[in-house]
Amino acid sequence: MADQNRVFQILVENNSGVLSRISGLFARRGYNIESITAGVTADPRVTRITVVTTGDSDIIEQIEKQVSKLVDVIDIHELKPEESVYRELAMIKVRATADQRQNVIALANIFRGSIIDVSPESLMIEVTGGTSKIDAFLGLLSGYEILELARTGVAGLGRGTRNVIYLD
Amino acid sequence: MTGADAIIKSLQKEGVEYVFGYPGVAICPFYNSILGSGIRTVLVRQEQNAAHEASGYARISGKVGVAVVTSGPGATNLITGIATAFADSIPLVCITGQVESTIMGSDGFQEADISGACESFVKYSYIVRNPQDIPRIVKEAFHIASTGRKGPVLIDIPHDVQMARIERFDYPETVNLRTYKPTVEGHAVQIRKVKQELKRCKRPLVCAGGGVHLSGACEGIRTFIEKYNIPIVTTMMGLGAVPTDHPLCFGMVGNNGRPYGNRAMKEADMVIMVGARVADRSIREPDLVMEDTVLAHIDVDPAEIGKNAGPTIPLVGDIEHIFREFNREDLQEDFSDWANTLAGYREDFYARLAEEKAEQTEKAGMIHPADFVRMLSRSMEDDAVYVADVGQNQLWSCQNVIMREGRFLTSGGMGTMGYAVPAALGAKLAAPDRQVVAVCGDGGFQMNMMELATICQYEVPVKIAVLRNNTLGLVRQHQHFAYKDRYSMVDLTGSPNLEKIAEAYSIPYLHIGRASEAEAVIGEFLAGDRTVLLEVEIDPDATV
Repeated sequence: MADQNRVFQILVENNSGVLSRISGLFARRGYNIESITAGVTADPRVTRITVVTTGDSDIIEQIEKQVSKLVDVIDIHELKPEESVYRELAMIKVRATADQRQNVIALANIFRGSIIDVSPESLMIEVTGGTSKIDAFLGLLSGYEILELARTGVAGLGRGTRNVIYLD
Repeated sequence: MTGADAIIKSLQKEGVEYVFGYPGVAICPFYNSILGSGIRTVLVRQEQNAAHEASGYARISGKVGVAVVTSGPGATNLITGIATAFADSIPLVCITGQVESTIMGSDGFQEADISGACESFVKYSYIVRNPQDIPRIVKEAFHIASTGRKGPVLIDIPHDVQMARIERFDYPETVNLRTYKPTVEGHAVQIRKVKQELKRCKRPLVCAGGGVHLSGACEGIRTFIEKYNIPIVTTMMGLGAVPTDHPLCFGMVGNNGRPYGNRAMKEADMVIMVGARVADRSIREPDLVMEDTVLAHIDVDPAEIGKNAGPTIPLVGDIEHIFREFNREDLQEDFSDWANTLAGYREDFYARLAEEKAEQTEKAGMIHPADFVRMLSRSMEDDAVYVADVGQNQLWSCQNVIMREGRFLTSGGMGTMGYAVPAALGAKLAAPDRQVVAVCGDGGFQMNMMELATICQYEVPVKIAVLRNNTLGLVRQHQHFAYKDRYSMVDLTGSPNLEKIAEAYSIPYLHIGRASEAEAVIGEFLAGDRTVLLEVEIDPDATV
């Protein structure tokens, strides 16, 4: 079976250098990083990192164990698709002349994207959603020239209250 | 009180006896404060040795070894020593001076990002920004280094933080690390499963790694195997877990191990892997060995379990603790038949070996290194420490060393040449009453030969044997087999006259040129508690 994307949620002490410790571990042990995002949680001492990675079940198990071993790590667990919600934000700057503009806006509306900047030759669209939704939207824009693209990478949370990590 | 005073006071609170190190401006406040503290300092001749000496000290004392050096090149020289300790899970606290915190990040004189550089081979590292944090950080560093899977911890302290005044010094009683809680007690269900499998199997085998020494579990394991007559093999790092001449001990496994030990691994139907990583040099094809075998893998580090071999029964916890649980009740099992089968394999092997060696030893009348190791270790005191360097000398040592209540130290994971002399020095300081012998090749000896000065300065009576073949033997051997005798970069022509080196340091010198004189010279070498340099001429064509 081909390796599928797996999403990990990692809670870490907000110490200096912690993101480099995590990403360094992935790099030196040869674990793939598809995307990585980080930001503080409601508790400013704690940072939540979401990593999208690939690997067979042995590698996934090693990732969990090796990351757990880092002294700064409070918790790591996989956000399984059926129990979690993932979101990614993309900002897309498309070349659009006055007569193309309405078509692009119509496409953006279908994807509940919003126009966040307009210039005589371009539009900037903000789209939020799962990775596949953003990929689909970018596919629809293939007839247009994408001038610049910024994707944040995936952030995710488990559904409901079952897997909440309560910190002291 | 200054930040430097606070570090010293914290080290005192941790019961530190020795600091191995080398000064420089960035660590001068520390070495100023240490005067009169009662902590003894050992000035090494190159920073790498500070870590190796701390490592030898830690392995024999069971305490945390401490190395303290300056910023920049002092810190980077320490790296090989830190990586060596990390690979073998040796508890160290390494303190490095750093440039002024206002200059950090601007490529100042003797500035190196040592915590960044060491990231992948320390257990944890700190950069101290606030002098008030010193007591907490030192407390945490010693705790992290010495618990769970042990290892080196780095503390990088800028010069100005060492100089800064602090208001009060409160050394914390406990650590408060919510993220770091190593598992000590083995899971009761898993322990029961191991016992159940033991009842079911016919040919169980214990394979002991370095973790057995780190956890102080040798006694518990010995009790366990003797109860049921379970054979035991070890990895290189596990050597000495039980005496090598113990009837149940079947030597070292792996590609440098003994065939009867490896055969035991193949034929066993249950392997209890204890404190071993199942690394490439021990178990070449883990899946192949384990296919029809029940594998119980016991380690304090959960990440080691399943990394290289999928276990049937994973068991995380402190080994000493777990074997105490194993030994709590008596099972009605006896595996003497299986142990006797293995003893037969062992006898066959030695009979064959004796024939082969009879041919080899003839050459030039030189002593065969394997014979030398056996003769030497047989004559050593029962609780002596044998420190092997890296290369052929290491492999001859671990295949042939005779261990009773002693210890065998070597750089097993990293294979760092030059480890033996400084590690022996550290070991001797940890146990002044024990005999400590370093065995090196002429390559490894020249890597850290400068440490003879430290040995002389502090009058540390370690015994050093150098197997001399004027070549980098293990690489040469590899080129002999793998490159059909195309020898490249292995000729050590230009090496110094070791007798004159010994004389230059005023160290007594002994020499073995012919096998016939070995017995007598070894006797003289081991006599008395004094430093001696022994040169043993060996055949460069001898292979392990």
